[in-house]
Amino acid sequence: MMHTPASLSRRRFLRNSAGGALLIGMSAGGALAAVGAAREAGFTPNAFIRIARDGSVTLTSKQPEIGQGIKTSLPMVIAEELDVDWKNVRIVQGDLNPAAYGGQGAGGSTSTPNNYENFRRLGAAARAMLVQAAAQGWNVAPGECSTEGGAVLHAASKRRIAYGALVDSAARLPVPDAASVTLKDPANFKLLGTRVGGVDNGAIVVGKPLFGIDVQIPGMLHAVYAKCPVFGGKPVKANLDAVRALPGVKDAFIIEGTANLNGLRPGVAIVATSTWAAIRARRALEVEWDEGVGASHSWAGFTAQAQAAKGKAGSSVMRSDGDIDKALAGAAKTVEATYSYPFISHASMEPQNCTAWAKPDGSLELWAPTQNPGAGQALVTSTFGIPKERISMHIIRSGGGFGRRLSSDFIVEATAIAQRVKAPVKLTWTREDDLQHDHFRPGGFHFLRGGVDAQGKAVAWHNHFVTFANRVERDGQSVLQPGSGGNLSGDEFPGRWLRNCKLEQTALECRVPMGPWRAPGSCVFAWVFHSFIDELAHAAGRDRLAFRLELLGDEDVMAGTGERGQPYAVARMRAVLQTAAEKAGWGKKTFPRGQGQGIAFHFSHRGYVAQVAEVTVSKDGKVKVDRVVVATDIGPQIVNLSGAENQVEGSVIDGMSTLMFPALDIENGRIVQSNFHDYPLLRIGDAPGRIEMHFVKSDHPVTGLGEPALPPLAPAVCNAIFAATGKRVRELPLSKTDLSWS
Amino acid sequence: MSKTTLNVNGKAVAVDVEPDTPLLWALRDTLGLVGTKYGCGLGQCGACTVHLDGVATRSCVLPVSAIGKQKITTIEGLDPKGRHPLQQAWQELDVPQCGYCQSGQIMSACALLKQHPKPSDAQIDEAMAGNLCRCATYMRIRKGIHRAAEIASTASGAKGKA
Repeated sequence: MMHTPASLSRRRFLRNSAGGALLIGMSAGGALAAVGAAREAGFTPNAFIRIARDGSVTLTSKQPEIGQGIKTSLPMVIAEELDVDWKNVRIVQGDLNPAAYGGQGAGGSTSTPNNYENFRRLGAAARAMLVQAAAQGWNVAPGECSTEGGAVLHAASKRRIAYGALVDSAARLPVPDAASVTLKDPANFKLLGTRVGGVDNGAIVVGKPLFGIDVQIPGMLHAVYAKCPVFGGKPVKANLDAVRALPGVKDAFIIEGTANLNGLRPGVAIVATSTWAAIRARRALEVEWDEGVGASHSWAGFTAQAQAAKGKAGSSVMRSDGDIDKALAGAAKTVEATYSYPFISHASMEPQNCTAWAKPDGSLELWAPTQNPGAGQALVTSTFGIPKERISMHIIRSGGGFGRRLSSDFIVEATAIAQRVKAPVKLTWTREDDLQHDHFRPGGFHFLRGGVDAQGKAVAWHNHFVTFANRVERDGQSVLQPGSGGNLSGDEFPGRWLRNCKLEQTALECRVPMGPWRAPGSCVFAWVFHSFIDELAHAAGRDRLAFRLELLGDEDVMAGTGERGQPYAVARMRAVLQTAAEKAGWGKKTFPRGQGQGIAFHFSHRGYVAQVAEVTVSKDGKVKVDRVVVATDIGPQIVNLSGAENQVEGSVIDGMSTLMFPALDIENGRIVQSNFHDYPLLRIGDAPGRIEMHFVKSDHPVTGLGEPALPPLAPAVCNAIFAATGKRVRELPLSKTDLSWS
Repeated sequence: MSKTTLNVNGKAVAVDVEPDTPLLWALRDTLGLVGTKYGCGLGQCGACTVHLDGVATRSCVLPVSAIGKQKITTIEGLDPKGRHPLQQAWQELDVPQCGYCQSGQIMSACALLKQHPKPSDAQIDEAMAGNLCRCATYMRIRKGIHRAAEIASTASGAKGKA
């Protein structure tokens, strides 16, 4: 029996965890087992911690694990303050239960900053109670006691008692106010800042069931779902009877869907006894589609529309400081350039999938590899009218996220199929579905003009950004909503820094669904802006680091402007920029033609990152990234050093991959590419020779690292390519530019 | 549907599936061995890599009817206790991020080490070119293979002495 866990009060000490989190695990045999945390006696001061009489510690991870390592790093924070040996800690994944756990979305590199402080306090409060229990038993003052490795110590009497022996007495104490507990001095941290392996690594290397696609429920059926290749299109009719007669097929039916491009799109479901039977039957599926107006879309058409906007006023102005035309007319040198990039897919290795079970009593149980379980539940409620309290959702490890699983389309599709099937059903997207029905990173065009004065200082910056938008209903109004990451902020660097700066935007209406892609906006804006800054530095004949430091200026903080403006800690950026430059030997090395260094920095997702790349470009134009030096400031404390290094290395290579290879074409409203043969990603042979990482510590709140190390990579590499060859990359991917030299 | 007998991880097992069913789906849906992953269905990403008589093979494009008596080894059969040098190295160096592709990476790496017990970076890059990792754990995959080679040589050295 599955049930939604009841809310646990942090103020009340529960003697055991009856009513506590229901823990879902998948056994080695493959059957999904519900492991009740209930009935086992123990110390459960809050929804995240349970210590058993044998001293074993179970910590609940509430955030979705998508490869960012949060299932390891956040429990480490509790374990540090709780003062237990990590080897005695077991981690379990919590279901969706915001009443017990608080927010559970994994996006925007927010899991660490949103939870770090609170998780320290949860661990510290539990530790304080164990100390108090021991002190009472010994009849000494709690202040005379200390803790170490899962035990309380009284140095004066040389007594020691393990936490396991204290669970019953601690269970009778009131939970202290989290705000009042004493936290460890970070200088005394034993676990945080060390390298700790992922808690699921043991299961991963032996192939245990772990991911959404691995979920197996007794009696479960398997489904595939065919959507119109043209976005916004819908099925008119299909050869359903013929498909139903195929081997293993249980049912085939049309789902009406909704008009929401990011919701339940119309399509044809095939339900079968195995995944292969469903995929095989789909080959025989014939559908007559009503393609709708989206059929007129093409990348060539979008490009022509964008070019037509060049030189014209944008439809919205994000920033207008000074007089841009006058400043450009008065500049000693001006540069004009167009930068563009295509739509791309997330292409997580695990295609989208979800298992759903619509029960006869009207309740719904979901097993979802999602980054955003709360939003998934909400979309199910708004689409089907199933009340929130009748939906239970198990958060299952995701085979990659990158922002794709912040969307919930696969969850409502599985739900729609389950409602008809009346049995547990796993919907699996094929790779082709995943690539062609993504919520894509929007393509974009930047028409840039810039100027430097006679002293070689940047004095003017004008960007007309042409982006993409969907038409949506909001508050009864039809409005154009730019895709995630397709909206330019007026505060985007170097806005605020220059007296003459104009940032404007024009959105092209389209039906292509869009969504957040790792470091939305920043993942391409950094490439555009730091490539163009490089162009200005070159025009001015300046050193590219000195030009950037001068542009950043001497103030320590640049205040935010506008409604959503946020302060920019210039001093932190200067520090990472200088660190990266120094460690890379900037200005101290000479390179032969065909080799060079490039530099870039970017602030996103609360992280300050600078990178120096060294490349070799062969005479026939092939690029090899030899070395990348990364300096990062994400606060005073790295939680898990191994995880942080993994995120930086992953971001650097993801940035390289996206720079070098993938692009989606759109013709007749359809995505042309279909699988990894025509949508290539970086493979091991193109990984850089070396990635060097430097974590600059600063006295600011601890924050996350899933995203901010990605944006500076592409401009650092492209600026290095320019240094090596004199060729400027202004269009992505790299293959669009002939980089050969002689 | 027809019955096919397969030799999986040292055991003869019968699967009742259409003959054109790729081994991947027979393993995952019929035998419940889900460590072998679906990534592309075209032999392009390597997530489905298994061994056929010791040779790294993409199971997503291999019909069960074409296997015959060849011995299939999946990640579950490599060393269920996780003591294979690659499994040890992967954990020691914390190679996985999302982990989805890693069973395929390990199976390809295992085939490489059989051929080249002390591979160079170039040999690693060549042998592992068929395995995509979207999280881009490539730096640690290289290190992990070198470390596994080291563990294996130490173990065989120890055995030699014993």
